[in-house]
Amino acid sequence: MNNSAAGTSSGSGDVSAPRRNSNRPKYSRFTQQELPACKPILTPRWVISVFTLIGVIFIPIGIAALRASTNVVEIVKRYDADCIPGNNTKAYRVAYIQDKNIDKTCNITLRVPKDMDPPIYVYYQLDNFYQNHRRYVKSRNDAQLKDRGKANDTSGCDPEDASNGSPIVPCGLIAWSLFNDTYNFSIGNQNLTVNKRGISWKSDRDHKFGNDVFPRNFQNGTLIGGASLDENTPLSQQEDLIVWMRTAALPTFRKSYGKIEQNLRENDTITVTIKNNYNTYSFSGKKKLVLSTSSWLGGKNDFIGITYLTIGGLCFFLAIAFTGVYLVKPRKLGDPSYLSWNRNPSGR
Amino acid sequence: MVGEGLTTSEEGEEESPIPPSYRHHRRNSSSAVAASCDGFPKHSHVRHPSGADTERLAASQRELAESDSRLVFLGDPGLSDPRFEMPRNSIRTAKYSLIIFLPRNIFEQFRRLAYVYFLVIAVLNQLPQIAVFGRGASILPLAFVLLVTAVKDAYEDWRRHRSDRIENNRAASVCDPHSGRFFSKRWKEVRVGEVVKVLANEGIPCDMVLLATSDPTGVAYVQTINLDGESNLKTRYAKQETMIHPPGEDHPVDPAGFIRCEQPNRNIYGFLGNMEVDGKRVSLGPANIILRGCELKNTAWVIGVAVYTGSETKVMLNSSGASSKRSRLETQMNRETLLLSAILIALCLVMAICNGIWLGNHSDDLELAQFFRKRDYSDRDDKDENYNYYGLGMQVFFTFLMSVIVFQIMIPISLYISMEFVRLGQAYFMIRDANLYDESSNSRFQCRALNINEDLGQIKHVFSDKTGTLTENKMEFQCASIRGVDYSGGTSLRENGEEHCIVAASNQILKPKMSVKTDPELVRLLRNKGESEQGKQAREFFLALACCNTIVPLVVDTSDPKQKLIDYQGESPDEQALVYASASYGFVLIERTSGHIIIDVLGNKQRYDVLGLHQFDSDRKRMSVIVCCPDKTIKLFVKGADNSMFGVIQNKVDLCMIDATKANLHAYSSLGLRTLVVGMRELSRKEFEEWQSVYENASTSLMGRGKLLRAIASNIEKGLLILGASGIEDKLQEGVPEAIASMRQAGIKVWVLTGDKQETAISIGFSCKLLTSQMTQIVINSQSRESCRKSLQDAIAMYKKFAAISPDPFENILTGIVSTRVPMALIIDGTSLVFILETELEEDLFKVATVCDVVLCCRVAPLQKAGIVALIKNRSDDMTLAIGDGANDVSMIQMADVGIGISGQEGRQAVMASDFAMGQFRFLVPLLLVHGHWNYQRMAYMILYNFYKNAVFVFILFWYVLYTAYTLTTAITEWSSALYSAVYTTLPTIVVGILDKDLSRKTLMKYPQLYRAGQRDERYSLKLFILIMTDAVWQSVAVFYIPYLVYRQSTIDGSSIGDLWTLAVVVLVNIHLAMDVRRWNWITHAAIWGCIVATAICVIIIDCISTLPGYWAIFKIMGTGLFWLCLLGITVAGMLPHFSAKVLKEYLMPSDVQIVREMDKFWRIAATTSEIQNE
Repeated sequence: MNNSAAGTSSGSGDVSAPRRNSNRPKYSRFTQQELPACKPILTPRWVISVFTLIGVIFIPIGIAALRASTNVVEIVKRYDADCIPGNNTKAYRVAYIQDKNIDKTCNITLRVPKDMDPPIYVYYQLDNFYQNHRRYVKSRNDAQLKDRGKANDTSGCDPEDASNGSPIVPCGLIAWSLFNDTYNFSIGNQNLTVNKRGISWKSDRDHKFGNDVFPRNFQNGTLIGGASLDENTPLSQQEDLIVWMRTAALPTFRKSYGKIEQNLRENDTITVTIKNNYNTYSFSGKKKLVLSTSSWLGGKNDFIGITYLTIGGLCFFLAIAFTGVYLVKPRKLGDPSYLSWNRNPSGR
Repeated sequence: MVGEGLTTSEEGEEESPIPPSYRHHRRNSSSAVAASCDGFPKHSHVRHPSGADTERLAASQRELAESDSRLVFLGDPGLSDPRFEMPRNSIRTAKYSLIIFLPRNIFEQFRRLAYVYFLVIAVLNQLPQIAVFGRGASILPLAFVLLVTAVKDAYEDWRRHRSDRIENNRAASVCDPHSGRFFSKRWKEVRVGEVVKVLANEGIPCDMVLLATSDPTGVAYVQTINLDGESNLKTRYAKQETMIHPPGEDHPVDPAGFIRCEQPNRNIYGFLGNMEVDGKRVSLGPANIILRGCELKNTAWVIGVAVYTGSETKVMLNSSGASSKRSRLETQMNRETLLLSAILIALCLVMAICNGIWLGNHSDDLELAQFFRKRDYSDRDDKDENYNYYGLGMQVFFTFLMSVIVFQIMIPISLYISMEFVRLGQAYFMIRDANLYDESSNSRFQCRALNINEDLGQIKHVFSDKTGTLTENKMEFQCASIRGVDYSGGTSLRENGEEHCIVAASNQILKPKMSVKTDPELVRLLRNKGESEQGKQAREFFLALACCNTIVPLVVDTSDPKQKLIDYQGESPDEQALVYASASYGFVLIERTSGHIIIDVLGNKQRYDVLGLHQFDSDRKRMSVIVCCPDKTIKLFVKGADNSMFGVIQNKVDLCMIDATKANLHAYSSLGLRTLVVGMRELSRKEFEEWQSVYENASTSLMGRGKLLRAIASNIEKGLLILGASGIEDKLQEGVPEAIASMRQAGIKVWVLTGDKQETAISIGFSCKLLTSQMTQIVINSQSRESCRKSLQDAIAMYKKFAAISPDPFENILTGIVSTRVPMALIIDGTSLVFILETELEEDLFKVATVCDVVLCCRVAPLQKAGIVALIKNRSDDMTLAIGDGANDVSMIQMADVGIGISGQEGRQAVMASDFAMGQFRFLVPLLLVHGHWNYQRMAYMILYNFYKNAVFVFILFWYVLYTAYTLTTAITEWSSALYSAVYTTLPTIVVGILDKDLSRKTLMKYPQLYRAGQRDERYSLKLFILIMTDAVWQSVAVFYIPYLVYRQSTIDGSSIGDLWTLAVVVLVNIHLAMDVRRWNWITHAAIWGCIVATAICVIIIDCISTLPGYWAIFKIMGTGLFWLCLLGITVAGMLPHFSAKVLKEYLMPSDVQIVREMDKFWRIAATTSEIQNE
């Protein structure tokens, strides 16, 4: 009572209740934007260390990658031209390949440049084949491949959705154009067995292609695009199809054909009997047969190693260059005399 | 005769409601004095001298033309003016109803151009020939944005509906015109013309003309805090004519009565009308109307007739939304958006042309190519039928449209949404900033406009009001000059003050709420009963102060039952100060009713009858009151501005005294005090009668009432005896000089625009360190155009002379560096501005004003304030900010790029019109230097970064398309494309846009110069845009070509490499952001790294859907070492140029911000010492 009386008699005008609702924002480090924080600054020491560190990491990786790549033995043989007899025009070649009555068997020989340890991967490589063409990549129906009950679901499969009035399984341009060259390898008279199991992704076999879905009405149209499928083998076991249906990212691509699980010695001569069925002649595409060993980096590719060496080297160079800059033009960090308002000689 | 008159008025209160005119008829014999002793002032609104009044008065004194008036029949809503349809009293703040919500909301949303772009793309995508994305993926982003906005709008609208419903269903007591009984009705059913009764502490349901109040004199008090934010009580009056028999049980509403009033308008301070009741015509003014939104206080009940209802009430007409301004950054952004559109179109054209060439070259091959299948062999009937091929021209055209769809995110639509979020976040932090909280008014910072936060970082000119903005507008009586003798020794605050101000009334102690310092000598003089001339005049002086005002004393209970406080409520802080001062000197105003006031004069209660009151107006610049003193003399008390008062003094005056007073006044105003001169005159009977008859006529006249009253006032206010003058201190707000100094260092020019007179303005200028003694003052104070022109030319010549001395002033001005030249200040007054603004002289003024360091404009009208802002805004690129607190600042606040309202003493009009509102002027410094700086840096970076990140993505898509026979295939899944700008990369930009701080608050406040970064557009320019775009191209090349070259001639499938590209680009742009973040706290860490993780999770989820072609691809590719090598290589290769450039730039060409950051980190101590040396 006394207190309040004294308070009011002071005449300060402070009659309002002290416990009025205050709008004062509650203090917290968050609302005041004062959270503990790290404020990195690029000091010369930091910059040079970063560049050096990158160099130190990248150059060994680059060397390792290059070594891995050079250790890979790769045999690439283009055969599309060789397997058409005679020196001929494109029209002739297209007619040749389209003629069902010609036996298109063709033999080529490969020389093993270096010892090759198993597994030796057999690939076919197509050049200029746009598996990533918009019309092409869309022309498939994944539901149909997986589910037996959805055989009639051919949406998106134009123009290979139905033939003779009934749906095609597997439908679409991709399946229709399945690669159908075959290779038989032999060294001398000894046949090299090519293991065609496990060339596709397990996930595809297990989940993407149904084990109760069988090809139906396939390659029955007027125009045969490629391989036919065994109507009694479920899609999940048609590994060539599964591999083919993983459409390639780029117009030049390789696809797994199989694995050779035996050693090849240097200077071995391999004879390959090719059934040259696939029509790449109409669009001037190339066909190549590839045998390759693999490393931890995959196939033969020098580029990643070169990239790493380049980046590493560049970083070393930058480290040196910046050291030079710091030595030639030293600037004391945080020197207030560099501030624009201090730089002006006249000052304030 | 005089005595008789007084007796009449004193004998019965019941007499007073009788209107003067009526009484003239009834008692012809009675004296006119008596009659008018009761006559109540028709306009009791006296306003303190501020520029706002001119406007308000002008509006309320407009003449009422027949054509734009409305007729309201008392008690009969059906009969009311048929010409106009009058709405019911229901209000509707909600925008939508249930049925129209969907169409209307969608329509509203599509008013944003960005959404239309979205929609066009989505629609294009639905055409089968050019469908790039699946239906879901193309519509999803748009649908998501629309849905979120719609839900937000619906929720807000639902809340508005709810509050509308509550408001509309409140109960009002309405009079049945036939029985006269009051019955309850819901607010929404109240109609124009109905008679409504409102009880104490109830809200007013609609705008009503008062008919009667519980107070016998017809006074009612309303609190208008919801309407204009002023917390003091306002007095409103019922007309005497209608007070006689208030409508009720015993007296039904007069069916013939009607009101003619103006059409509904927004002016809450004006009302004009007249009422015919009982055959008499009564005029109505703003004092006779109570408005919706007010609350009735200190009055038991009022009865009024509804004149404006529902949406036509003044409060509803005034409820306009926040202003919609566009920030400068956003305007500049449009230029870059256009550039991006050009790039987009170029990309699409390249695509279309390449596609055409490819199709042309391969036209023969495509028939049979397995991947193209030009001919549809399945159709056996027509072998020539093409499958999905429409000829070269159409294919090219479709390709073009498809590329628009694929590359659509080149225009960063998500940026607009991110910007909204960032501004919300920035606003949150500004509102929550404890440094912007004003203790005294208990108000936080308010963000009323959400789209110009970043403009706060680029301000170059601040236009400030003076009263209430630089100063507190809390007036304090400081000194008095009585008869030329200065009494300014106000030292003793409470020593012997107790006695004066306590008034014993039936065991209770009454005292004023506040007391002021009293001058002991003056107190002695007043106490001294001796009849010295000086003492007499001193008493008259304080009597005049106590009488000549419109203050209403309110008695407030305190915790001590024996003690009560008198709270002086009034609209003018000057008057409050004067009344508190006179109370402290022993002249305590205790009671004011309509007809009289009671003043405790040094212990004796005395009654003074108020016979007439001439309100303040800006022409006369004075107000006067005519009172009948206890000794039956009739006195005219006048107070007003010095120049207006010295024009109406007695002819035969004591010149010495006048000179002494003038000298005192000069001294006061050079101290920065507001001065008023008080004068008086005793009126003779004859004079009074003459005055009274014209006053009566004038105050009931309908035509030109205001003008007539003014003329009458000028007529009687002459031959005055000058009693003395008062000096009132208009206290500077806390921290104003420091704030101004900081802003000046920051390169912000502060202009003060005030309605005060030149001397006061200059003195305030000195006291807030705006002006310094080294400054050369250029004063332009002319009465004609020619002299204005001459003054301006002199000024130009002068600065040219100075320019010749200093090496290159223009260069310095451009760079914002203050050189050694002599600082100049321009002081210009409103009269001169009349001749300058909007004429060819503007250009000269602009030249002079921009070279001056300080510009002070005094005596300016509200519209001139806006004109001055426009002068800068239209002639330069500089950003302007206007800050003010009163209604007179509204036009300037709206004109400036950024308008800031001070939520202070003068009501809320300025706040309502402003973009930001705060409690104190000094908050401008943290607001601009800290928040403005941060907001600008953040927003500028965010815009550039968003351009960059979307461009990187688009370029990656573009490079890939080059290898797909130009057919717009995307290796990146369509879902990732849709999610890229929405989910994968947006959150970190928003977080960085809200939270990143280049410098701490303390540092920014310490070095105000850092603010110039924003003024120089340092963080956002075409150059920076081109740089970051070049970087975007390089990074896209790194992201695309490293995997391309690595996986060339391999078994890689599209989905796997697509996943690699997706992850690589997200990692890269986030690392880019991370490299530019200045301050890492846990939220930033969480957002940036979290976003990369979230992207990986999204990609994994997409690749877990077995019906998509890319099933399991991510797991396959992540299992290979090559993937990780690619990712690392891309990141390092992509960042190398940016990193190196950043290092070089920071080292060789450090910006101020950079140096100060380094100082902060390494040289804290050294910096402080060198700073001291600098100073």
